[in-house]
Amino acid sequence: MHPVSFFVLELRQSVRKTAGYNGEPRLADTTTGDAFVEFERVQKSYDGETLVVKDLNLSMPKGEFLTMLGPSGSGKTTCLMMLAGFETATHGDIRLAGQSINNIPPHKRGIGMVFQNYALFPHMTVAENLSFPLEVRKMGKSDREAKIKRALDMVQMGAFAGRRPSQLSGGQQQRIALARALVFEPELVLMDEPLGALDKQLRETLQFEITNLAHDLGITVVYVTHDQTEALTMSDRVAVFDDGRIQQLAPPDQLYEAPENSFVAQFIGENNTLEGVVKEIKGETALVELDDGELIDAKPVNVARAGERTRVSIRPERVEYKKERLSPDAHTLKAEVLEFIYMGDIFRTRLRVAGREDFIMKCRNAPDQTRLKPGEQLEIGWLPQDCRALDA
Amino acid sequence: MRDTTDQTGPMMAADGTPLKTSLNRALRRQKLRALALIAPLLIFILVTFIAPIADMLFRSVENQIVSDTLPRTTTLLADWEGDSGEIPSPEVFKALYTDIFVAQERKLHTRLGSRLNYELTGVSSLFRKSGRRVEDMGEVYQDQFEDLNDFWKDSETWNALMGSDDWLAEQAAWDDKSDARQPAFEPREEIINLLPQTAETFEIFADFVQNEDEDNLAKEDPWALVYSALYDDLIQEPDISGYGGPGSAELLEAMAAVRTFETVDYTAAFQDIDKDWHDIEVWQTIQTYSPDFTSGYFLNAVDMKKSPDGPEMRPENEQIYIKLFIRTLFMSLVITGSCILLGYPVAWLLANLPARTANLLMILVLLPFWTSLLVRTSAWKVMLQQQGVVNDTLVWLGIVADGGRLALINNQTGTIIAMTHILLPFMILPLYSVMKTIPPSYLRAAKSLGATNWTAFWRVYFPQSVPGIGAGSILVFILAIGYYITPELVGGTTGTFISNRIAYHISSSLNWGLAAALGAILLALVLALYWAYDKIVGIDNVKLGG
Repeated sequence: MHPVSFFVLELRQSVRKTAGYNGEPRLADTTTGDAFVEFERVQKSYDGETLVVKDLNLSMPKGEFLTMLGPSGSGKTTCLMMLAGFETATHGDIRLAGQSINNIPPHKRGIGMVFQNYALFPHMTVAENLSFPLEVRKMGKSDREAKIKRALDMVQMGAFAGRRPSQLSGGQQQRIALARALVFEPELVLMDEPLGALDKQLRETLQFEITNLAHDLGITVVYVTHDQTEALTMSDRVAVFDDGRIQQLAPPDQLYEAPENSFVAQFIGENNTLEGVVKEIKGETALVELDDGELIDAKPVNVARAGERTRVSIRPERVEYKKERLSPDAHTLKAEVLEFIYMGDIFRTRLRVAGREDFIMKCRNAPDQTRLKPGEQLEIGWLPQDCRALDA
Repeated sequence: MRDTTDQTGPMMAADGTPLKTSLNRALRRQKLRALALIAPLLIFILVTFIAPIADMLFRSVENQIVSDTLPRTTTLLADWEGDSGEIPSPEVFKALYTDIFVAQERKLHTRLGSRLNYELTGVSSLFRKSGRRVEDMGEVYQDQFEDLNDFWKDSETWNALMGSDDWLAEQAAWDDKSDARQPAFEPREEIINLLPQTAETFEIFADFVQNEDEDNLAKEDPWALVYSALYDDLIQEPDISGYGGPGSAELLEAMAAVRTFETVDYTAAFQDIDKDWHDIEVWQTIQTYSPDFTSGYFLNAVDMKKSPDGPEMRPENEQIYIKLFIRTLFMSLVITGSCILLGYPVAWLLANLPARTANLLMILVLLPFWTSLLVRTSAWKVMLQQQGVVNDTLVWLGIVADGGRLALINNQTGTIIAMTHILLPFMILPLYSVMKTIPPSYLRAAKSLGATNWTAFWRVYFPQSVPGIGAGSILVFILAIGYYITPELVGGTTGTFISNRIAYHISSSLNWGLAAALGAILLALVLALYWAYDKIVGIDNVKLGG
């Protein structure tokens, strides 16, 4: 039994619950009207010349774990700061539980926040750090102590109450920061790249703990990161940011398998891109003529009519070269093996396809799988629905 | 392969020498090189900083001038009891005559006079007057000897009588014009035994002529003091029948004559010079300051004085130093406090404004460093005087009446205003460098946890800036407590510091001992405050940056 789930059992009795959680990953219900956090036509500019956030619309139900993912400078941290109240929106409305919070100062919003560098107060002990939000709420001493103890136990740091932050490791500091953001029982918690400074293994452990805690406490979380794995493994929904806009807002599996534009397709996971022109669109299938004249089938996603330029995107693991796995009428492409990389669980093969030398094919390491050699000639293909024709 | 951890005793290196020795040898070169690099600075600091401080501290207790100048008097005076109310014995006066005679030839009696004048007013003129008149006392005997026989008039015959044969031969061979050194005087053995006092004073005289005046001893007539000593020796009627050297006949003749000589009563003669010589207090002062080391300067520096009954407070109207020390401490604290109040917001702005604006502001903070201290202080004179800019503005605004212009300069207010201005950068810079290291996310975190702006500042930001306040305060306070030029210019009489008094004693009254004692107390005070700060706040809690 994982320690977190053990503490969670304890917490079930004590913590105010808003939504039942049955242990299964769930999709937030986005169709209901009772949004908890709402951004409506929000714009932000720092210098009055360029917009950092352009026309942001976002609606989150209570209890959702939403991740804002995007390259640096895409506006995701600005959104978080506007929600926390450290930046004011230049235009638009931000609502929390139906109430506009544009003019509410940060300390009255009751939003918990975990910072990138933890921001634990270095001159206070762990217990004093946790006591701080309770003291400013004028809570009695015995209440405070009980809550601090519960919060520390929740992150398995009960033995560290008397330490100073500087005496803790990065992972421990992160747990304390989390406990401090949760100790005053906020309904909304914001996390700004909280795991950025930790090593891979610790990061994975904490990712798991944070998601479990969030779901067990029933809190709503807005999580900012630039690490796509983190976004995919932790979130109910991911908002991919670029150029001050949400490019796609979807659950992780949809985001990966059905990217709506070529930015999302490029940004999430590994992707092969081929460029060409749409020849014709027949229902769910588009015929695309690649730049070197070859023809392929693709699923039209945001191309509307024949003659448009398009970028075709195929995931490396959906590429097949064995005839028996492809449908007989599928279009195939000639490919030459350039490089074969053994990666343990998978084989990664780099191919020359349609004049490009960066085409990647991934095959599962299975008993029937052959190890290709550089120079081999292949015919590759895929199911039409795995090949998405996106904007150029 | 042998396991080295099995060994008992010290760890050995590969060649069998103990590992410690071998490590020390390996590090010695590095240590020597490091030492060589800091050597120039170390020597510089020793010569220009440590040595002067040690010398100053020594001066505050050193008192050899009295026993050096009046060696015979102080020795005899040790047995004298000042409480008896009687002036010292005639022997003491005779010793005093000898000492002052030698001192006035060496021109040391006025220095001693000034030294003792710090303790008792009037002693300076007493010594100067005595120095002028002491020659007359000896001439009584000189005249009588010279009347008796021409032998006693001539330097040649004196030398022949007093000097050893070897020396006389060397002296005769020595060419006055040559670069060779004059042969050092050697007394005649028989004379030392027969006429001890004469021999002693003649040696002092010879030493003075040869080494201090650098004159030819053969051409210098002896001091009157030597005649007095000769009289004192001969009146004892020593057995000179066995002496057959030069001048034996003249000695016999003189010994017969001295009984009829007119004598000098030194006790009366000194009273004749100045009746103060019969004042018990003068003698008590000399006796009190006879030892080579004295606590007198330190007592003086805390408004006390030595008395026959031990240290006692000076009269109320002579007490100044304790008041000055307290004023210096108080004003330095006020200046440090106003520097914190004025500097903290500026440092905060510097640390939190965008880089461009902060740089401009930083230049404004540093601007005073590019202007002469004297110019800045003088500018305050213009600003603050009764007819100055500030007063004019206040009168024009109608805040004060024309007749009731504020006294802002030549008092404490002036000193505090001008020194706060001058020392402000020393508070702002350490504060700024500490604030620069406090990430803004702490304030944000505090606010997100529900703290108001004030609580976030007071509970989170301020405690982290305390090391900067500590560093700035120590810097400003220590600079302020020893500040000299600004209080001197704008302080008037009520706004001056102890350092102004020290400067006065160094350059005007020339009482270096008192200046040194005041300086030593100031140094001890600063160290004590530093220690207290370490105990209360902790010196680790001081940061100049990073």
